[in-house]
Amino acid sequence: MVDIQEVPLDALDRRLIEEYQRDLPLCPEPYAAMGEALGVSEEVVLDRLGRLQERGVLSRVGAVIAPHRTGWSTLAAMAVPQERLDEVAELVNACPEVNHNYAREHRLNLWFVVTAASRERVADVLAGIAGRSGLEVLDLPLERAYGIDLGFKPSWS
Amino acid sequence: MELSPADRRLLDALEGGLPLVPRPYAVLGERAGMAEAEVIRRLAALQAAGVVKRLGLVVRHHEIGYRANAMTVMDVPDDMVDAVGERLTRAADVTLCYRRPRRLPGWPYNLFAMVHGRERGAVLARIDQLLDEHGLAGLPHAVLFSTRRFKQRGARYRAAAA
Repeated sequence: MVDIQEVPLDALDRRLIEEYQRDLPLCPEPYAAMGEALGVSEEVVLDRLGRLQERGVLSRVGAVIAPHRTGWSTLAAMAVPQERLDEVAELVNACPEVNHNYAREHRLNLWFVVTAASRERVADVLAGIAGRSGLEVLDLPLERAYGIDLGFKPSWS
Repeated sequence: MELSPADRRLLDALEGGLPLVPRPYAVLGERAGMAEAEVIRRLAALQAAGVVKRLGLVVRHHEIGYRANAMTVMDVPDDMVDAVGERLTRAADVTLCYRRPRRLPGWPYNLFAMVHGRERGAVLARIDQLLDEHGLAGLPHAVLFSTRRFKQRGARYRAAAA
């Protein structure tokens, strides 16, 4: 992935990432509690999290919801002629129901996730993309998730 | 766990993330029409029930130097796939492991594992090692590295209605 720069992180950034991808404190002042655990003030925690968000390191501080509990989602794949990839990726991005969209090395070279309130709405979005692009869209909904989502354990280089 | 209307309002209010203010659960409560204490109580219950898989920092891999993002897909016989998925997901560098339907003839793969690393060669070597360790090297498989990211953000189940 050549178009995204690595963001330099200091020791506090790294500790926040290592320790708080899950189990954010459930108390009235969670950022103060995190600061206490890390030996810094609430202001420093809030400032750091804000900057990590601004710099794109964090997509958010928030919840990851188990699939298919509050709505429906699917992973979709398309085989897009190389010269149309930008155009079709843009058409896919334009759907508010699309939250992830990647080019990958395969005959099926465009992969995206569609999330909506209902299975019917997800099907409509896929049909809309197929209709507007004139290309087939593969629908690969999750059947089973294995393990527990622990977040991501980086080893810092 | 059956979600109540109040749970759904709370999860909707959480979609954009937790605000970076001293009392974020109070702000969520204002959005969802409930008291701060109720927000905290419901979030604890939703986590315990597995509806909320985790609450915390949602990190983008590329920005912290994990640029080699390999979606590894395998065609595992149906009677083996759940056992293989359960074993693969225990490897520290497999971040997500899912079963999905095959779409024949073009897509024969039913097991998806995401492996992230800093460098492509090392990720490929690690995937080979994982397949070997789990006796999967003989199965049809493919590794789909991402080459461009067009979009990455949290899921918004209510986007269309907003």
